Amino acid sequence: MADAPVIRIEHLFKQYETAAGPVPVLKDLSLAIGAGEFVTIMGPSGSGKSTFMNILGCLDVPTSGAYLLNGQDVGKLGKDELARLRNDVIGFVFQGFNLLPRANLLDNVALPLVYCRVEKNERIKRANEVLQKVGLGSYGKSRPNQISGGQQQRVAIARALVNRPRLILADEPTGNLDTGTSREIMSIFSQLNQEEGITIVLVTHEPDIASYAKRLVHFVDGRVTHDGAVSRQVMVEAHA
Amino acid sequence: MIGAMLSEAWYAMRANRLRTFLTMLGMMIGVGAVVLMTAIGQGAQFVVDESIAAMGSNLFIVLSGSTTSGGVRTGGGAAPTLTVTDAEALAGLPTISAVAPMQPGSAQVVYGSNNWSTGVSGTLPSYLDVRAWRLSAGYPFTDSDVRSATRVALLGQTVVKNLFGDEDPVGKTIRIRQSPFVVVGVLAAKGQSLNGQDQDDTIVIPLTTAQRKLFGTQFPGTVRYVMAQAASLQAMPAAQQEMTQLLRQRHHIREGADNDFDVRNLTAVANTAAETSRVMTMMLGAIASISLLVGGIGIMNIMLVSVTERTREIGIRVAIGARERDIRLQFLLEAIIISVAGCFVGVLIGVGGAVLVNLFAQMAVVITMSSIVVAFLVAAGVGIFFGFYPANKAARLNPIEALRYQ
Repeated sequence: MADAPVIRIEHLFKQYETAAGPVPVLKDLSLAIGAGEFVTIMGPSGSGKSTFMNILGCLDVPTSGAYLLNGQDVGKLGKDELARLRNDVIGFVFQGFNLLPRANLLDNVALPLVYCRVEKNERIKRANEVLQKVGLGSYGKSRPNQISGGQQQRVAIARALVNRPRLILADEPTGNLDTGTSREIMSIFSQLNQEEGITIVLVTHEPDIASYAKRLVHFVDGRVTHDGAVSRQVMVEAHA
Repeated sequence: MIGAMLSEAWYAMRANRLRTFLTMLGMMIGVGAVVLMTAIGQGAQFVVDESIAAMGSNLFIVLSGSTTSGGVRTGGGAAPTLTVTDAEALAGLPTISAVAPMQPGSAQVVYGSNNWSTGVSGTLPSYLDVRAWRLSAGYPFTDSDVRSATRVALLGQTVVKNLFGDEDPVGKTIRIRQSPFVVVGVLAAKGQSLNGQDQDDTIVIPLTTAQRKLFGTQFPGTVRYVMAQAASLQAMPAAQQEMTQLLRQRHHIREGADNDFDVRNLTAVANTAAETSRVMTMMLGAIASISLLVGGIGIMNIMLVSVTERTREIGIRVAIGARERDIRLQFLLEAIIISVAGCFVGVLIGVGGAVLVNLFAQMAVVITMSSIVVAFLVAAGVGIFFGFYPANKAARLNPIEALRYQ
């Protein structure tokens, strides 16, 4: 079911310069993710998952190697063009929800549209649509601190969806949620993947969550040690 | 876009009401001080400028010299060295536009049952031009009045008030030292001179009438002093030199000998006063500007705190597609709103303060549109200037670290 790759990573290296010298985090990574895939990324902490996600999300740039997003070499783009990609090609969902506490839910969801200059009535209309999609249509005027964690994460998903991205990057989206709520959130992701064909890349360390995906990529020490079907054994090893 | 950012700025400012208010207070005091101080300074300047305009512009006064009689030296203007023909010769100089020979004296004046003691000056019709003095009623006397030494008089406002009250003086006959004079005109009010003299307490009559019929003189054809007006402010130094040269020549004063006359530049004194008040205005403005600067630093301080507090928010915005310039604009807008709103209230405070000063301290204040506009522009400038560094700092934040910030 994977068409032309949405994400193509070729010989990607990433190292951070520290006082004690360069610290390599990602080492010669090559990977392709096709349109409509649901990929989960696992690995022990410090294995480079987050750095990898930051690069996928155009928040960070590789030290060397190529990252092609929809066939476009991200390394050759300027800051404004990267911002544009984050705005309408990629949708972010974070572990800590990251909603703006002062703004109501509708404004939170509509925020990405502000940065691509969608006019106000259209912003409100589209924000309402996606809020309904995640089952919070009547909460538009509430503030983030008035709703539960699971609801906040649904608002964050709505925000990620509002600009109709083809790729959603989720960094431990259920890390702060209980099991029941986690399932609700994961079923939303499954639905988006199956019904709308949105490509999803999701980082988690919970095998239950990973099992919603169809493909598992396992990182150890900046390298891919497993790339294939979601396998219990790999997941258990990952936690060992 | 701007609309959304304005409402976000509004929410951010409302979330920290007290802090926003205190930051604005710095701007309010700064702008208020600038507006008030400029109003007071310009008020002082206005008073001086008025006095100068009332005196007449580019003026010289040529006094006849002092005499020494039996070892006693008299003051300037006592010796009868200056003549009407001297004045006519001075009028011929290209740098001089008008001259008025003056023969002053004082006299008791009577009209009906009222009497008043005042200064009476004999002069030529050109005097009114030299002093830039208009008539509020009637007509000036003419050259033919001077030729035939007619008994006509122009009255100053103070004299009119004391002799006539509400009555119209034009055409009436008054007595100056018992001689009847017909009032032909009334001089417009001039108010006080720079040294506090009432310039309206005067009567002006033809020079010949003063010399022959009123005061008499041992030296016919001499005058006490001559007022001369230079063609322009720039011509004044040249005019002073030419006049001195011409008079020395006419008075046959040898090389090295002292002048028997004295040429004084009246405008120089007045200009010094004007310059002083201008410098005063600038100094007041400059001192007030310092408080504006302090207000600006307050904005920068608070914006820096705000950027730090909202690090995570900035990270979120960047992650969902805000460009550097969007973040910069957002924080810049907040700084500008604070400074412009502070400025608006500051202008009200300044104008209100100026009105109070005017009411209670009886000081002249001048509030000009330009000073308010300048205050506004400066405030917006201060907002941009002091808001730029924090805004830029926000825009340059590393989004990954910003998202991790707790």
